[in-house]
Amino acid sequence: MKMKTTVIAALMASSLLISLGTTAFSAEKVASLRGTHDITAKSKKPSKKKLILEEGGFERSYKLQPPLIPHKVSKYRITIKNNGCLKCHDKKHHKREHAPMVGRSHFLTRDGKKLDHVSSRRWFCTQCHAPQLNARPLVKNEFEGWSPCKREECYR
Amino acid sequence: MTQKKRTFTILVLGMILGVLAWGAFNWSLELTNTEQFCISCHEMRDTPYQELQETIHFSNRTGVRATCPDCHVPKEWIYKVIRKIKATNELYHHFIAHDVDTPEKFEAHRLELAQHVWKTMKETDSRECRNCHNFDSMDFDRQEERSANRHEEAIDNGYTCIDCHKGISHHLPEGYEPDTPGGDDEGDDNEEDE
Repeated sequence: MKMKTTVIAALMASSLLISLGTTAFSAEKVASLRGTHDITAKSKKPSKKKLILEEGGFERSYKLQPPLIPHKVSKYRITIKNNGCLKCHDKKHHKREHAPMVGRSHFLTRDGKKLDHVSSRRWFCTQCHAPQLNARPLVKNEFEGWSPCKREECYR
Repeated sequence: MTQKKRTFTILVLGMILGVLAWGAFNWSLELTNTEQFCISCHEMRDTPYQELQETIHFSNRTGVRATCPDCHVPKEWIYKVIRKIKATNELYHHFIAHDVDTPEKFEAHRLELAQHVWKTMKETDSRECRNCHNFDSMDFDRQEERSANRHEEAIDNGYTCIDCHKGISHHLPEGYEPDTPGGDDEGDDNEEDE
């Protein structure tokens, strides 16, 4: 009988400990990219940043990097029917607009067939090419880049 | 009542009626010159108006915006009335022909519709653009270099706004190739560009 009481007491004590432990664990803050914000709280407003306009374009950080966009893009629409970027960057117009031409790889189909227009798989420019803000990276990043990357070497 | 007095009364009454009639006419003319009126037809509301909302003419830094009639109806009275008379054709297409009453039909006619507008704007030397955008008030030093160069070129060669600025407020027709004046470098191939 005494034995039984001891076992029950031990069980109760351990379950109490476990439940206390769980409570302590769940109260612990979960850290994410947003930091340790309460999940239901609103995020801190990011400061407004302007786009960087870089004359002559950004240096590449590594070979075959899709070149970054050094100008505003809000006026240029890319739809399934039209591509505003090609108004300047297309084969036909880039010289007159003094804009770099769309890379030649963009005229190939996935089977390596050369087309005279930009291949549909390369149509949505902003999937790879992005304008830049002077913003602090969200996560710490130690990437140093392939340097020095001379423009002619990197340009393909 | 003497003859003189009667003439005078008729004259005054005529003047009052004239002012009222003229006012009523102009008032109703202006009613048809609002965006609310334009987008009361689903043809305009569902396609061109939706596309306009993506552009700088609808939403921008300073909050000044262009409404449909700012670009598509002349401000000067006589040209405005002529445009309004021509607009009866649009009534025909809305009420009888029904040829752009779905987005699909609109898409099928997009090139033709766009060409009408481009032609008009070319003929009027982009008069409606120039109600707001004036070369005399354009400070090229504040523009991007590319824009400034092209605008100077446009002044020298007498280009008009629509020559280059097509598809700025509505989507371009499918397969439209830019035909900006000044010539293109045809079929250019940069062989080193591999």
